[in-house]
Amino acid sequence: MTTATDSLLATQENPYALSHLDALEAESVHIFREVAGEFERPVILFSGGKDSIVMLHLALKAFWPAAVPFSLLHVDTGHNFPEVIEYRDRTVAEHGLRLHVAHVQDFIDDGRLRERPDGTRNPLQTVPLLDAIERNKFDAVFGGGRRDEEKARAKERVFSLRDEFGAWDPRRQRPELWSLYNGKHAVGEHVRVFPLSNWTELDVWQYIEREGIELPEIYYAHHRDVFKRDGMWLTAGEWGGPKDSEPVEQRLIRYRTVGDMSCTGAVDSDAVTIADVIAEIAASRLTERGATRADDKLSEAAMEDRKREGYF
Amino acid sequence: MTTAHLTDESGATSLLRFATAGSVDDGKSTLVGRLLHDSKSVLTDQLEAVERVSLGRGQEAPDLALLTDGLRAEREQGITIDVAYRYFATARRRFILADTPGHVQYTRNMVTGASTAELAVVLVDARNGVVEQTRRHAAVAALLRVPHVVLAVNKMDLVDYAEPVFAAIAEEFTAYAASLGVKDIVSVPISALAGDNVVEPSAHMDWYGGPTLLEHLETVAVVGDAGSEPARFPVQYVIRPQTEEHPDYRGYAGQLASGVLRVGDKVTVLPSGHTTTVAGIDALGRETDIAWAPQSITVRLAEDIDVSRGDLIAAGPAPVPTKDIEATVCHLNERTLRPGAKVLLKHTTRTVRALVKEISYRIDIDTLEQRSGAEGLEVNDIGHVVLRTAEPLALDSYADNRRTGSFLLIDPADGTTLTAGMAGEAFETVRTTEPDGEDWV
Repeated sequence: MTTATDSLLATQENPYALSHLDALEAESVHIFREVAGEFERPVILFSGGKDSIVMLHLALKAFWPAAVPFSLLHVDTGHNFPEVIEYRDRTVAEHGLRLHVAHVQDFIDDGRLRERPDGTRNPLQTVPLLDAIERNKFDAVFGGGRRDEEKARAKERVFSLRDEFGAWDPRRQRPELWSLYNGKHAVGEHVRVFPLSNWTELDVWQYIEREGIELPEIYYAHHRDVFKRDGMWLTAGEWGGPKDSEPVEQRLIRYRTVGDMSCTGAVDSDAVTIADVIAEIAASRLTERGATRADDKLSEAAMEDRKREGYF
Repeated sequence: MTTAHLTDESGATSLLRFATAGSVDDGKSTLVGRLLHDSKSVLTDQLEAVERVSLGRGQEAPDLALLTDGLRAEREQGITIDVAYRYFATARRRFILADTPGHVQYTRNMVTGASTAELAVVLVDARNGVVEQTRRHAAVAALLRVPHVVLAVNKMDLVDYAEPVFAAIAEEFTAYAASLGVKDIVSVPISALAGDNVVEPSAHMDWYGGPTLLEHLETVAVVGDAGSEPARFPVQYVIRPQTEEHPDYRGYAGQLASGVLRVGDKVTVLPSGHTTTVAGIDALGRETDIAWAPQSITVRLAEDIDVSRGDLIAAGPAPVPTKDIEATVCHLNERTLRPGAKVLLKHTTRTVRALVKEISYRIDIDTLEQRSGAEGLEVNDIGHVVLRTAEPLALDSYADNRRTGSFLLIDPADGTTLTAGMAGEAFETVRTTEPDGEDWV
């Protein structure tokens, strides 16, 4: 494994400066190691999206030359981009990791979940997620959430205690001081851990560029059949789109986030390299979620409400 | 103005963590809103959401406080729960802003925000000058040893941009903060509403020759003199791959809390007191011969001695491990902290059982008087305590090292974080007598 050192800001006057990426990396690695030192059964939520990919990259560095002492968990909505599933399986094999998959489809098939009329399965992930946590007795669950993504997330701690129902109570949050993270929890409770809390979308991309991290191809511009719903370009698929009134057209697009196909919108883009993507984000007047996530638009407090139910 | 997020091809900039303090009436939301907005960190969809909600409530202008009040309860009740973190960037620097609510019962929140801050912005209304709240903010910044403090004298537009008004407030504040041990104090006259001296230099205050607030945030020195600090390395995790490729690798993973560590340095492992030398340093997959705070690294030692999570590897003058700790604390929880309480104490990577032997005194944060005879500390109280731990801890004084001098007290019954602790005395200038008052009332 190699690390670029040219980003260290050390100068003649200031030999011990760190670049913002080095400072963020050091902090995230510290968080991974704290969890490894304090918890019995941690797991990394891994969707094949850029944030979870950066998370895994940081975990690999944190424990080098030993293996990452955590397994991975993917909550599979069944509405996946094939490129992402291919990436997921290749990555798991490459690093000799163990992957748990919780299938939303299984829960629909046996009646524990019901398909929503709009076909969106993203909100349905909470039940399989909590089931997997309970069944595997995971006590710490890493998520790639960033505080810059959404205003409810801006209030969330790095170590976020969840009760036996997986619920988040913003009023019961523990104050977090210095770099002293409190992971104490009762049996049945667990802690969500967000090592990328202090990163922004741009930091993530700059880090991907610096570290030369490979991503699923859908993050770069490509031609794809899409249709418009609620102002967003969605990929046609068996999940319930398009309707007759939604004409399909081929466009040059890319994805800023990767989630369930039914609620992740594409953006018009000709960015084919990491540098192109960074330039595009720096000039964008829309936030990542505002541009591409339908589920956040359901209500003003959509994210907070889902988090209270146990969502990430 | 510097609105681009990127400077050079590498995009490398430094990072400043800072906190804001000020009551709602001082215009803190407006100031935060302006910093975010003028640095292009509020994007169209966020602004539209704020406008939509503001209009829905019958307000004519978008309420920028909605940008920072993210939770349902906050919006419904118009209150702010706890610290929120905001992110913005200019061409010169990345910023993490700990936005602390400006309520009367805010001490706990400001302490939380200030714990990681390298700079605190204390906001004052130019019409009111230095008030009780201002002194409280200065005291908390001094208590938490925030290295840099900025006094932002706001609403200069409402005092005709008059220099004498600013000068008098700046002088009074600087004298007070300096007496508490704050080393670097810069005062800036601003109008957050009109935009004077926040991002753009003011056209109304020719008499002011200093930097705008943002310019100061962009240029203030964020790196301490790591070369002169003793190295402190709390061991987080022992890395032993036991693979064919690395059969004998044994590394101690952690984040350097302070100072510089070099291969060949003589070090002491605490609390055992064993001494050895640094045989190798791995900086996240790359071998190096030097590392400095706050890098996360893995250290290999020359001798195979017993080292585990919770130990401290120290170079230079090492702290003497002790079971008796005197500390200044801020109580964070609604449950009263009383003498005789059995708690857990988390210091760096070590958690031990501890007993609250004595609550020596409570500090009146408004007057800085020490009130002895306290039966317990209530939420938001700051006081001095004596603790006895079950195992010896290698603590530095908080005045010397914010990372190895700080700790948490935790309720062993349910894991609740009770109290934030700082080893040693609260302020550099200890006030044991009644203040005579005329300077700061």
